[in-house]
Amino acid sequence: MTTRKEWPLWEVFIRSRDGLHHKHAGSLHAPDAELAIQNARDLYTRRSEGVSIWVVPSARITASEPADKDSLFDPAASKVYRHPTFYTIPEEVTNI
Amino acid sequence: MACSIPLPPPGHPRKYPEMGGREGGEGWNRRQKKATPMNASADHNDALFRYLLRLGDTSHILCHRLGEWCGHGPIMEEDIALTNVALDLIGQARLFYQYAGEVEGKGRTEDDLAFLRPERDFNNLLLVEQPNGDYAKTMARQFLFDAWNLLLFRALERSTDARIAEIAAKAVKEITYHRRHSSGWVIRMGDGTEESRTRIVAAFEQLMGFTAEFFHMDDVDRQMAEVGIGPDLESLRDPWMADVEAVLAEATLDWPTATWSVLGGRHEGRHTEHLGYLLAEMQSTQRQFPGLNW
Amino acid sequence: MAEVEKPELVTAVDEAALEATFQARVDAETRVEPRDWMPEKYRKFMVRQISQHAHSEYVGMLPEGNWITRAPTLRRKAALLAKIQDEAGHAAYLYSAAETLGTSRDQMLEDLHSGKAKYSSIFNYPTLTWADIGTIGWLVDGAAIVNQVALCRTSYGPYARAMVRICKEESFHQRQGFEIITTLAHGAPEQKAMAQDALNRWWWPALMMFGPHDADSPNSEIAFKWKVKRQSNDDLRQRFVDMTIPQADYLGLTVPDPDLKWNGETGHYDFGPIDWDEFWRVVKGDGLCNRDRLDARRSAHEDGAWVREAALAHAEKKRAAKSAA
Ligand SMILES: [Fe+2]
Ligand SMILES: [Fe+2]
Ligand SMILES: [Fe+2]
Repeated sequence: MTTRKEWPLWEVFIRSRDGLHHKHAGSLHAPDAELAIQNARDLYTRRSEGVSIWVVPSARITASEPADKDSLFDPAASKVYRHPTFYTIPEEVTNI
Repeated sequence: MACSIPLPPPGHPRKYPEMGGREGGEGWNRRQKKATPMNASADHNDALFRYLLRLGDTSHILCHRLGEWCGHGPIMEEDIALTNVALDLIGQARLFYQYAGEVEGKGRTEDDLAFLRPERDFNNLLLVEQPNGDYAKTMARQFLFDAWNLLLFRALERSTDARIAEIAAKAVKEITYHRRHSSGWVIRMGDGTEESRTRIVAAFEQLMGFTAEFFHMDDVDRQMAEVGIGPDLESLRDPWMADVEAVLAEATLDWPTATWSVLGGRHEGRHTEHLGYLLAEMQSTQRQFPGLNW
Repeated sequence: MAEVEKPELVTAVDEAALEATFQARVDAETRVEPRDWMPEKYRKFMVRQISQHAHSEYVGMLPEGNWITRAPTLRRKAALLAKIQDEAGHAAYLYSAAETLGTSRDQMLEDLHSGKAKYSSIFNYPTLTWADIGTIGWLVDGAAIVNQVALCRTSYGPYARAMVRICKEESFHQRQGFEIITTLAHGAPEQKAMAQDALNRWWWPALMMFGPHDADSPNSEIAFKWKVKRQSNDDLRQRFVDMTIPQADYLGLTVPDPDLKWNGETGHYDFGPIDWDEFWRVVKGDGLCNRDRLDARRSAHEDGAWVREAALAHAEKKRAAKSAA
């Protein structure tokens, strides 16, 4: 029976409340987008966890390489001037 | 023979021949009394009670059938989906039974009504007591029912009975989803593989004859329609046929050729033989240990 | 959890270095994520453990499903349906977590159906009365919760995340079971007898759910090293016993263990020896329901094949029609 094709995998993203981002909830199998939405609803929002669902075929996601972690993300660590605490403001100045 | 209802193929004028007038039968379960001036409101209550039982029984029996699939579905995602439908249905059944118990005023609870009535007193649609069969039969049964149930509950949303209207308003959202799920499967099976097509065609042939009950009115239904509690069931026929035809068309299927049709469950408690076994199982714990809390 | 590892060419030297880095990250409590390099043994170990866990959730639907159609009230029926539905959900989360390691769900199911993969042996016992449903929620889900809470901090990220979600859902399972048992234990004599009988049958199998003593558990050492598990089988079992005995006392039910007594010195309950022969007999096939469970899973899968194929065929037709348009 292994010769039979499996339903493809989809990634599910749920917006838990209006005003919030969609967040990755997990994955599931579905033959098409419509059933992926329905299955996501039944699998990931049974306890009112969502108000909106995105489904994406897992195969369509491009992810960064773990091996690139250092070169992609470490350089940001030294750019401390991007953070407000980098700058000195006289104490008597307020609302800034 | 009085209720042989050949359904027209798509494109033909959608009209059922008038159905035989069996509804006046003297099934012993019938609570309707002849209306007399003295007990007009008692008569109304009886009819309302019966009407609510029909709604509750239909939801509960279908829930029960879907529950039989739990753990045995074709893929776990469908186990979850079908169980969700079952949970919606049991929720609806409970609300109707609770209300029915209040209307009857004899202190019967939802569980008394569900677990302690005999087969002849059950008024679910014949369609929903039919065994699950394969997934095609389950989905065909579900779709035929969902399409009708959605129309019914949309009408019940406008019921003059506030309680029914409230139950229906909540249920319509659920049933809208049920119909979406089941119609999707009818389309996938009809326009899927040779095997799925063969199976879904066979399923509709086996089940269509039970849909005559959807539109058949008896005194209780008429009484409810007169006071605006429920719709004229006959008025659901055209929109139902249009919906089913459209889905069948998308599924590349023709209207079933079977011309037989039967009535009996919803009005008279005359069921197919399947219901008795279902109830024997469903009621077994309550029957073995009468009068206990669970 | 789309990520599947890429084949990598590594020399033996690289391998040792990579493994050292991997272990250092695990030791530093950094979660392992699907595309991270990991030792092949770790991958295999995780697939085995997660899929076994998934199979247990999936097969675990069957003994309780046995009572959906006989639940005594509508409220109980709804709760039981919702509970079993959750178990299907748990299976789905866990299969997904295992799939991130590069093994397909179909492959895992095939291993289940062929008998190659195991599931928790507790589900080879039959549910004979309604009290069994209460007892399963109380003891079996209770034991599962103890195990699963411990797994929420397991080293493999997708597994840990699945566990967090599952643990949130499990607490209702145990409570619905305990409510059933409370009703029976405080009910009519025949109900109380039913509850006691169920406890008699499920108590020892529930203790066995934590697995053999760590000394007899060949995988324990490596599992600790990789921080797959953080507490020993015996510690978790003891925690379960300590939690559960006061609940049994509240119910007025007696745990079928003549050796059970409170130990003021250790602050724990002492309990009698577990019959591991029975455990292994059931694992190896001599439980009342082993064959029924596997038959049910196999036939559901086989009977459902045409349904799954039809859906794929339909999707393919739609895609073709769309690209032709
Ligand atoms: Fe479980
Ligand atoms: Fe679970
Ligand atoms: Fe559970």
